[in-house]
Amino acid sequence: MTDTAPIDPYAALQDKEPPKAPRSQWKDVWDQFKHHKGALFGGGFLIFITLAVLVGPWVWQVDPQKLDIRNKDLRPIYTAIWDSTAAVRWGNPLGTDNLGRDILANLIAGGRASMAVGWAAMVLALLIGTAVGVVSGYFKKADFWLMRFTDLVLSLPILPLLLVAVTLFRQPLRANFGPEGGMFILIVGVIGLTSWMQTARIVRGDILALKEREFILAARSIGTTSGSIILRHLLPNVISPIMVSATLGLATAIITESALSFLGVGFPSDFPTWGKLLADSVQRMEQYPERVILPGLLISLTVLGVNYLGDGLRDALDPRIRGR
Amino acid sequence: MSLVSVRNLTRIFDVSKPWLNRVIERRPRALLTAVSDVSFEIEERTVYALVGESGSGKSTIGKMLVGLLAPSDGVVDIRGVDLSRETDAEKVDAVRADIQMIFQDPFASLNPRWRVRDIIVEPVAARGGETAGLAERLLEQVGLSARDAGKFPHEFSGGQRQRICIARALASEPKLIVCDEPTSALDVSVQAQVLNLMSDLKDEFGLTYLFISHDLTVVQHMADRIGVLYLGRLVEEAAPSELFENPKHPYTQMLLAAAPKLDGFGREVAPPTGEIPDPINPPPGCAYNPRCPLAQAVCREERPVLRNVGGARVACHMVD
Repeated sequence: MTDTAPIDPYAALQDKEPPKAPRSQWKDVWDQFKHHKGALFGGGFLIFITLAVLVGPWVWQVDPQKLDIRNKDLRPIYTAIWDSTAAVRWGNPLGTDNLGRDILANLIAGGRASMAVGWAAMVLALLIGTAVGVVSGYFKKADFWLMRFTDLVLSLPILPLLLVAVTLFRQPLRANFGPEGGMFILIVGVIGLTSWMQTARIVRGDILALKEREFILAARSIGTTSGSIILRHLLPNVISPIMVSATLGLATAIITESALSFLGVGFPSDFPTWGKLLADSVQRMEQYPERVILPGLLISLTVLGVNYLGDGLRDALDPRIRGR
Repeated sequence: MSLVSVRNLTRIFDVSKPWLNRVIERRPRALLTAVSDVSFEIEERTVYALVGESGSGKSTIGKMLVGLLAPSDGVVDIRGVDLSRETDAEKVDAVRADIQMIFQDPFASLNPRWRVRDIIVEPVAARGGETAGLAERLLEQVGLSARDAGKFPHEFSGGQRQRICIARALASEPKLIVCDEPTSALDVSVQAQVLNLMSDLKDEFGLTYLFISHDLTVVQHMADRIGVLYLGRLVEEAAPSELFENPKHPYTQMLLAAAPKLDGFGREVAPPTGEIPDPINPPPGCAYNPRCPLAQAVCREERPVLRNVGGARVACHMVD
């Protein structure tokens, strides 16, 4: 005999546990993020570029510094489609420069330098900017002097400052860290130290508004220390502006590094970066447009990808926007 | 002994302009006396209500009670511990765990990045307490569902958020809850629900409330004792029946006359005259004397002290 369970009227009115397991916060973030087409494209492209510059040298095993004077000034392979007389060679799919160096290998090597400088300078600027912004927003006493200092740095003309810094510190850093390492530290340092001000101002403004909110008062009333209020309550709430300035910062850092290389005060002459590849090819831009277009395109696409990624992350990290 | 004892509490805010402006415009320092010489006691398991106009110092007293502001002068004694002067960190922490606050704006008082579960257990988690299942239990106690614990604050209505605030306030099993206008941001039907919930919880957990409000009808039903504030001074303190039947201070009389009444359509009531004076330059003597119909010479010279009159305490020269 089978007994059918009688329906308990009281239990029927009780709340049931949700059928699905509670979702983790990061799954929510991912769900929102994947609805943002631009962010998916941007993130995908950034991962692709990063992998390409990291793994590329093992896949395309051509020394970017190797001179091959007999095969100089080759055009990219696709030029043959419309110009049957163009000098092309399968061994150099994107052509070679005026000294016969392979352009594909140079783009990969240059991407490494540009991305490394961009990320490092962005992280440095972000750390300084967030620290200054949080301290001056939260601690009233520090606010005046920190913000005047920010205004001071903001009013300095950046490019001349960079040139002076490079001239002053190039030799000692070179002596200590080698020509490339020293230059890397110098460029990351000057870009980081001169681009944190926007982040600081944005973060300060948000902190000023947030710290008067009642949930901060509630945290203070149970005796939470300033440090943990900042870490647990304030920073998660200013993550959106920080994300946005991070992406802008990465883009600016890559562009500033390119500008420095373009002006000839960047890395040593045998060390390729996207900016330097661009600068070296400008004189013969009319005959060989691809040598300007290719690095320029990489810079633009990377910056664009990073900006879209930041946009999508900002939306995904905000629980109030999520689910729209 | 009473749970809370407030003696001669004074709070002065410096609202001066920056130093350079003061020098150029030749202005003196501006000191705003938000709370002036207030004394009262709250018995355990009672509701003490503070009423008054905007700017009368109600919220400032509440903040000083929970230790968010330090008093300029006077003492806030909670179970024998003065939060602003006690140096023994353990004692301060023990008292702080016994006080919680419910804020006016339920939209601003919950961290939008946190899930409700984390918000509710925060007062316990911050002290390293055991939090398993606590949020779910509290949510059911305040009339929400246990599965709401995984949601974010923006998914709730104003009344539900205020319930979450109440659940958070209950988490550390406090003795005293300071309610800073907990219902003034809610609409009337929800106000009644939240107030009923608060009185049920009071009986269930043996809570003591300091209830700050400007709504006399709310206070009439909730409070065991009412203090009327005017310009940071306590002008009258009485039980609700006493206060509403027989208000003694002329300011209390004016407040009650001005309150809207259901049967009051078409009644002729003289509107309140005058404004609340500037707390930076309060009038000499009794703070109410510029608006008071009974004011005499003595009211403009001498500040009245709180005297026992019947079952009430009144600060007025003209009452006997």
